[in-house]
Amino acid sequence: MSAATARATNTDFVLAVEGLTVSFEGFKAVDDLSFYVDEKEIRVIIGPNGAGKTTVLDLICGRTKATEGSVKFRNKELTTLNEHEIVRAGVGRKFQTPSIYEDLTVFENLELCYPRGRNVFGALFFKRDQKVINKVRETAEMVNLLDQIEDSADLLSHGKKQWLEIGMLLIQDPALLMLDEPVAGMSVTERQQTAELLRRITADRSVIVIEHDMQFVAEIADHVTVMHQGKILAEGTAEKVKQDPKVIEVYLGH
Amino acid sequence: MSNFSLSNLMTRQDVLGFVVLALILLVVLPLSLDVMRLNQVGKYLSFAFVTVGLVLCWGYGGILSLGQGVFYGLGGYALAMFLKLEASSPENTSIQSTPGIPDFMDWNQITELPWLWEPFHSFGFSLLAILLVPTVLAYLIGFAMFKRRVSGVYFAIITQAISSILTILIIGQQGYTGGVNGITDLQTLMGWSIRTDYASYVFYFVGVALLFVCLFIAQFITKSKLGRILVAMRGQEDRVRFSGYDVANFKIFVFCVGAAFAAVGGAMFTLQEKFMSPSFVGIVPSIEMVIFCAVGGRLSILGAVYGALLVNVFRTVLGESFPELWLFAMGLLFVGVVLAFPDGLAGVYQKYAAPTVDRFLDKAPLFRRWPSSTSHSEPIKAS
Ligand SMILES: Nc1ncnc2c1ncn2[C@@H]1O[C@H](COP(=O)(O)OP(=O)(O)OP(=O)(O)O)[C@@H](O)[C@H]1O
Ligand SMILES: [Mg+2]
Repeated sequence: MSAATARATNTDFVLAVEGLTVSFEGFKAVDDLSFYVDEKEIRVIIGPNGAGKTTVLDLICGRTKATEGSVKFRNKELTTLNEHEIVRAGVGRKFQTPSIYEDLTVFENLELCYPRGRNVFGALFFKRDQKVINKVRETAEMVNLLDQIEDSADLLSHGKKQWLEIGMLLIQDPALLMLDEPVAGMSVTERQQTAELLRRITADRSVIVIEHDMQFVAEIADHVTVMHQGKILAEGTAEKVKQDPKVIEVYLGH
Repeated sequence: MSNFSLSNLMTRQDVLGFVVLALILLVVLPLSLDVMRLNQVGKYLSFAFVTVGLVLCWGYGGILSLGQGVFYGLGGYALAMFLKLEASSPENTSIQSTPGIPDFMDWNQITELPWLWEPFHSFGFSLLAILLVPTVLAYLIGFAMFKRRVSGVYFAIITQAISSILTILIIGQQGYTGGVNGITDLQTLMGWSIRTDYASYVFYFVGVALLFVCLFIAQFITKSKLGRILVAMRGQEDRVRFSGYDVANFKIFVFCVGAAFAAVGGAMFTLQEKFMSPSFVGIVPSIEMVIFCAVGGRLSILGAVYGALLVNVFRTVLGESFPELWLFAMGLLFVGVVLAFPDGLAGVYQKYAAPTVDRFLDKAPLFRRWPSSTSHSEPIKAS
């Protein structure tokens, strides 16, 4: 038994990715990738454009089907599950471009993600009780949107849409939260507020963040994984990775 | 239980809309039209069942079906089969070479009632079949398509193909279906003549009552969380999956509801027109129904009723004088509506009339306290 499989059977890992490969018509966007995320760990994935970072998240959350390999979340194989089953298992995902429900209000966006009444009849007879209302308001407050809770989501600024999407994940209370470039396209103040927000919400769950901003990365990361051409180039603490000559060459150098 | 109170289900504009429609259909039209014209309105209203279903499927869920005629037709045929058997009692058909079977079977040298027809001797079975046959078919189509994530134009084309297959089947199997003429010469319902003026009035009012049942169901759906999930799916289907929902199930559900509504409409058509034929099953009627819905406003369940009514009145007026112009007019109407008024008549009302009406309602004693929106201004206060 190899070291990797020995690690995978260790139930302490929240997420165990092993030999994960996906090829798009022969092009391997993710190539034999393995990594492990601990309980309450904040893992940051960095790497040049097109390295395959977003694709890794797509594979974990079931949006793209893996060609080979396995993804185990708390020892549960995810590669055979549908997207909604993976969400229900406790994996939440924020997309690179804000993706919220523009035709609904902030309140309705959050309420829709509240984990109750998820089948057809549950949704039809879903009751907006005080518990739901309080939870939605609490979440809106956490992502600084309480003032705009009645507004239609398409009226929010780009940065606030990002927050709303983060709120939509929080209300699901996932054990593993995956964020794809959460501060991209934000103003400096919004960036600071988001960093602050992330620090609060990452306290009691495992998080995978994709980010380009190295200062931001150094601030939040427990471990950093550097990807290049679908493979892992380096792994370790932010300090260690920053000094790795290979990383400097392909990513940090320019 | 506050969530199910009427003021959460309907805004005051909704209440006003329902009341006005009820007044028009139950008071104004019956008092001002003769029985023949009223019967015609009843026929137009049978299409409104389809358009209300289309508001749910297409307007809310983004599922464009160009095959609603299938469900309308199956509902209509299920009832027509029952009525035809009743009209084909051995006494009534004693001159046939095989008495006791429908006349068109006799003409096609069929000597025994096909097994598929047997259960339609029972009124109870026939009523169930009106609802269940189309709904189960919709479920099967929906399951096969939506679980495979077929959507958009592909889905529309497949529904169109299904409606032409059913038409071909009905026309081809003349001996079993009555062929291109359909099932005609329907006379009585449980021994009671359906051809009297009195019967016409009864059917008209039954039709309006059933339409309101469908409207309330549709209203309930649009105001539920399921309604909001449909809206969310329409724009961001993928994202809805990542909110933990199995998107296909919601599409199947709403497609089935649309099919069931259409089936009731088809049965009401059979009752009021005393026949059912393949010309209400195929591609052309299915597309016409989408046009009625677009004209009324695909996001408004009440608008859909007006769409079905007004386009058909227009068709009758135009068709009586220039029948050859009708298809042209229909095409123009559709293009015009899509380009100029994407939200149809309901959109025009919302934009130009609704603000004035709202100001008026602020003063009306009955409506003043009624919330002007079902948004959660009251209930979302923290406690
Ligand atoms: N569905 C797909 N079909 C074909 N190629 C794809 C698909 N998805 C991703 N790719 C390719 O895989 C590679 C990795 O893309 P990915 O989006 O994962 O990169 P990334 O690391 O997230 O980059 P960025 O920093 O720009 O967001 C790219 O070359 C992309 O073109
Ligand atoms: Mg990316």
